Amino acid sequence: MRYGMEIAVATLILIFIAVFLFQDAAIRTSGEEAWGGADDGAADLIEASGYEPWVEPFWEPPSGEIESLLFALQAAIGAIVIGYIFGYWRGNRKAA
Amino acid sequence: MHIMEGFLPDPWWEIWFLVSLPFIAIGLYQVKRLVEEKREALPLLAVAGAFVFVLSSLKLPSFNGSCSHPTGTGPGAIFFGPCIAAVLGLIVLIFQAVFLAHGGLTTLGANVFSMGIAGPIAAYAIYRAGIRMGANTYATVFAAAALADITTYTVTSIQLALAFPGTTGFFGAFTTFAAIFAITQIPLAIIEGAVIMLVFKYIVELKPDILMRLNLLSESTIRKLREAPA
Repeated sequence: MRYGMEIAVATLILIFIAVFLFQDAAIRTSGEEAWGGADDGAADLIEASGYEPWVEPFWEPPSGEIESLLFALQAAIGAIVIGYIFGYWRGNRKAA
Repeated sequence: MHIMEGFLPDPWWEIWFLVSLPFIAIGLYQVKRLVEEKREALPLLAVAGAFVFVLSSLKLPSFNGSCSHPTGTGPGAIFFGPCIAAVLGLIVLIFQAVFLAHGGLTTLGANVFSMGIAGPIAAYAIYRAGIRMGANTYATVFAAAALADITTYTVTSIQLALAFPGTTGFFGAFTTFAAIFAITQIPLAIIEGAVIMLVFKYIVELKPDILMRLNLLSESTIRKLREAPA
């Protein structure tokens, strides 16, 4: 099958999304707050033991929006590079 | 997933810097040799670095109600080995520590070790072993990339447990941290492995000569993979 792997990966991602939606619905009905970062979970645990971080980040994104902006920028930089190089390879192949 | 700024006490943050340093030094030397001797592989290096950028910026919701992100270090490790992957990891970790307050500069050594070194060593070892044993190439790539991700988080848990054994001792603390990270991470690692497997297929289709030049696949394997598209 020509696109066997594509179909398999797409199916896997769809299953992942379906399980997420199912879990999210379950968590909503229980009224808990969820979907925070796992690293925050670990940090809370450490702070609960009485540990104080000995140095603060020297700069933090001033809001959630700006943090998303910078994360999106990081992804965009990577995606441009990947797209450019794969396109270049493909073009080379066609020209050859 | 990175250990946050200030969350590793003395002497642990210094120790992880010292452990990571030789890998970075060897990695920089290997990048220099790549630039001098195998220039045609540089686009592949850029792609490998770009994957760390993209995948480590995506915070995905996992099954147990928390979010974490994949590492994307698998391709770099498979193509160029763990030392060059360490350099790619370092670049991304500095970006995130400086601009996003995600991870930290004092914990950079520890985070480079878990994401840039330990994960990539696992990926590299699995890829090499799989190819030598004649295992299915795509299955090997999937396993290598997924386990690089899992290994990273296991090592993060070990690092935190060493620094914060608490009242339960190292193993008790490790279990607690691993429960937070690993369970979140397993579904994400499977997705990451699948996506990278797909990317590997496209590289086999578009640029098989680079894979041969880097001794990643033999000519006969590549011919076989291209004749029977997966």
